[in-house]
Amino acid sequence: MNEKINVSILIIGAGPAGTAAALGAKEAGEDSILIIDRDTRAGGILNQCIHDGFGLMRYKRALSGPEYAQLDIDSCHKKNIPILTDTYVHTIIKGDDHFTIKAIATGRLYSIKAKAVILAMGCRERTAGAISLPGSRPAGIYTAGTAQRLLNMQNTLVGRSCVIVGSGDIGLIMARRMTLEGAKVQAVTELQSYPGGLDRNIRQCLDDFDIPLYLETGIVSVHGNDRVCGITIAPLRSDRTLDMKNSQYITCDTILLSVGLIPENELSRSLDIAIDPITQGPIVTGDLMTSCPGVFACGNVLQVHDIVDLVSEEAKRAGRTAVSFVSGAYADTKELFSIYAGEKIRYCVPQVITPSSTTTLSLRVTEPITDATISITNDATLIKKRRYSFTQPSEMIQIEISVPENLVGSLEVNCE
Amino acid sequence: MEQYDVLIIGAGVIGTSIARELSAYDLKTAVIEKEADVCFGISSRNSGVVHSGIHYAPGSLRALHAVRGNELFEELCSQLTVPYERIGKLTVAFEESQFPTLEKLYTQGVENGVPDLQIIDAKRMQELQPGVGGARALYSPSTGIVGPYELTIALAEHAHAHGVDFIFTEEVVSIKNRSDLYEIQTKKGSQISAKIIIDAAGLYSDSIAHLAGIDSPRIYPCRGEYYVLDKRLEDELQLLIYPVPGNHSSGLGIHLTNTVEGNILIGPSNDYIENKEDLSTTVQILARLREEGHELLPSLTSSDFIRSFAGLRPKLTPPEVGGFGDFIIEDHDRFILLIGIESPGLTASPSIAISIREMIANHIPLALKKDWDPSLTREERFLELPEDRQEQLIAEDPDYGSVVCRCEGITKAEVLQAVDRIMGPVTYIGIKLRCRAMMGRCQGGFCAPRIAEILKTERDITIDEQFYKGIESPMFEGLLREESPHE
Repeated sequence: MNEKINVSILIIGAGPAGTAAALGAKEAGEDSILIIDRDTRAGGILNQCIHDGFGLMRYKRALSGPEYAQLDIDSCHKKNIPILTDTYVHTIIKGDDHFTIKAIATGRLYSIKAKAVILAMGCRERTAGAISLPGSRPAGIYTAGTAQRLLNMQNTLVGRSCVIVGSGDIGLIMARRMTLEGAKVQAVTELQSYPGGLDRNIRQCLDDFDIPLYLETGIVSVHGNDRVCGITIAPLRSDRTLDMKNSQYITCDTILLSVGLIPENELSRSLDIAIDPITQGPIVTGDLMTSCPGVFACGNVLQVHDIVDLVSEEAKRAGRTAVSFVSGAYADTKELFSIYAGEKIRYCVPQVITPSSTTTLSLRVTEPITDATISITNDATLIKKRRYSFTQPSEMIQIEISVPENLVGSLEVNCE
Repeated sequence: MEQYDVLIIGAGVIGTSIARELSAYDLKTAVIEKEADVCFGISSRNSGVVHSGIHYAPGSLRALHAVRGNELFEELCSQLTVPYERIGKLTVAFEESQFPTLEKLYTQGVENGVPDLQIIDAKRMQELQPGVGGARALYSPSTGIVGPYELTIALAEHAHAHGVDFIFTEEVVSIKNRSDLYEIQTKKGSQISAKIIIDAAGLYSDSIAHLAGIDSPRIYPCRGEYYVLDKRLEDELQLLIYPVPGNHSSGLGIHLTNTVEGNILIGPSNDYIENKEDLSTTVQILARLREEGHELLPSLTSSDFIRSFAGLRPKLTPPEVGGFGDFIIEDHDRFILLIGIESPGLTASPSIAISIREMIANHIPLALKKDWDPSLTREERFLELPEDRQEQLIAEDPDYGSVVCRCEGITKAEVLQAVDRIMGPVTYIGIKLRCRAMMGRCQGGFCAPRIAEILKTERDITIDEQFYKGIESPMFEGLLREESPHE
């Protein structure tokens, strides 16, 4: 059957971003909201994150992933916000004053008209190909998140003895999880001189279990024809090439990759939405609107976050501004100024802002920095300055700024 | 002992092409394969190019079969519903010193009977591929691209539908010539006899020939490494672009290749190795491929590289000689040896199949089957169908609405069809090659766990029985805790 639906705001993704965006829109007075998710249940990636540590900022207590997700899902149910699960959006077409969205679900097709769309599709893991993992291609190579889903949601252990390539948070969490399930985690390797994941995860997931972390270490080759039988690793020289003299072979049956996340912007690209080459998420305004008017983005589809509490906050904002868009209160004639990520700043979201607005800037530094000062300036005028005793790329920094009325050229964010 | 008229050893594109050709005749034919599935060797690990025939010495088997094979491809692929596009190719000269080579290729191509060849200038080159470098090029419009595993699988399925037996995970270890019958023994102890043996064992066709006491030249495996790029870049490349080959090169140079699915390939490299099983990619070659890729495609980013892989060429020329040897196709007293079928083997396959059928006719009178239908129809991918057809299908089978592989948009119904089409043991690679699930930009990150669940619940294949590429290749360690309703 082909079902036709009309809504004001369609939200794609029912993870923490999608559900919080819906709640933000509802609070702003919008009643016609629909959330669609391709998985069989709402909650997104949090469903497989059975460890605790979620919600420390928002609820001042440590929740598990599913608990955190459920709170917003419950609120959606209470507020009669429908969530269609097992439903896959495959096409979005921009019309004059609305979007047409085509989706499919078990036994049915959907054709949906919406005035605004909020993108909340999250991200996917980088693959062996993306990091150019050399060697053979046997069974036993998994991304950490895939192994996590199998372990936590499908009662399936991927291997008994593993090496984790990359020190992203999911890899660190899985190092602990695999150990607790009786597997031996031989080592975690990282190309950089600093870990990719949060400090607390290094302590709680590696140090507490005596799992070695090899920094500035690369992969020489994966071994095994049918199933992984080992991996050769080697330290990096100062010129970033592999120091083969000091290479070592580690016997293992599994390799988990935790080498970064990529925002899932295939639908966004189909709308010709401008993508930031660094974040790989849409370029947005302070209101989280993309370059396609009426399409908003929040959560990991916009920029990969490390703390879900900040995802929820960002998503609520997207929900509210989407409401102001559909109610016609949104002035699209506002002049836009770009924000330039300067010295030691990897990226800054939003990438463009409007004058006389209040905006939260999310940014990351390019390297670990002690006694960092981050300043936001416009044409030699200082707008805001913040000091940090220590910061590193794995920690997202958020700074709230009031954008002045008169701007000259672009805003600049620098760190020293 | 099972008795056949013809036993084909090897289920690559050559073996399955021959099987399909023979399936039209009243013959009892079987294909025997040491791997778990068709297409697990050379045939799934190449550029998927249907060559025009410019590169081969006039009068050689490579020239003959490439040109005739190329002519046959369009009809073959339309009969079997296999993706094929005749997109054309530029062989580019970057400097004047290479112009004579271009002329030579042109003359050679014309002599080989390659249609519509033209030497074109930089201006025309820009029209065909904006931004392409080089001063002059040989344009061969008949060069095409095909899905190499889709083709091999379709050939096998079509042959099977017309009575050819397929025997998997059986490695031939002994071949005895008993005057009018060959007796074959496998590693597992099975015995098969056949009047005619076709040695289409690819990298191992020398060892198979030796088993039969035939003095065959040896094969030198020569590895080519590749990168697969995200489909995002599909429109960047309009046709195939190759550099003019060097004098003693054993390959055609690193280049970009469009695939019928829209992923561009970078590669292949060209390195002789010792071990016929070594499909490893290497740090050095991958770095070189990335570098060349960035040069050829400036908009490339690191997340566009979704996978690297390697394939092996079964070369007859030793490393110190390099270059290419000609195909060897010989009838040794009803043992038909096919060896050194490297590039353009895929292109040549339909033509080689005809030649083999003719060779068989020298031994066994061949009678065409009356009911042989050359076509194999297959539904297009669900998400690419028109909406009314989608509605129809989804009403018949609700599983069409459940998307399992997000990146390629493959539904549960299509995954299950792929599972059911596998003739040998079910493997993840077998599923992947048949429906493209796990082949997209996330490389199975999202859908592999879902496929594990589907195999378990819909086809009673337990977690312990799920394999990646064969029964020595378990996907998982096992269940974490016993799954029983009551403790």
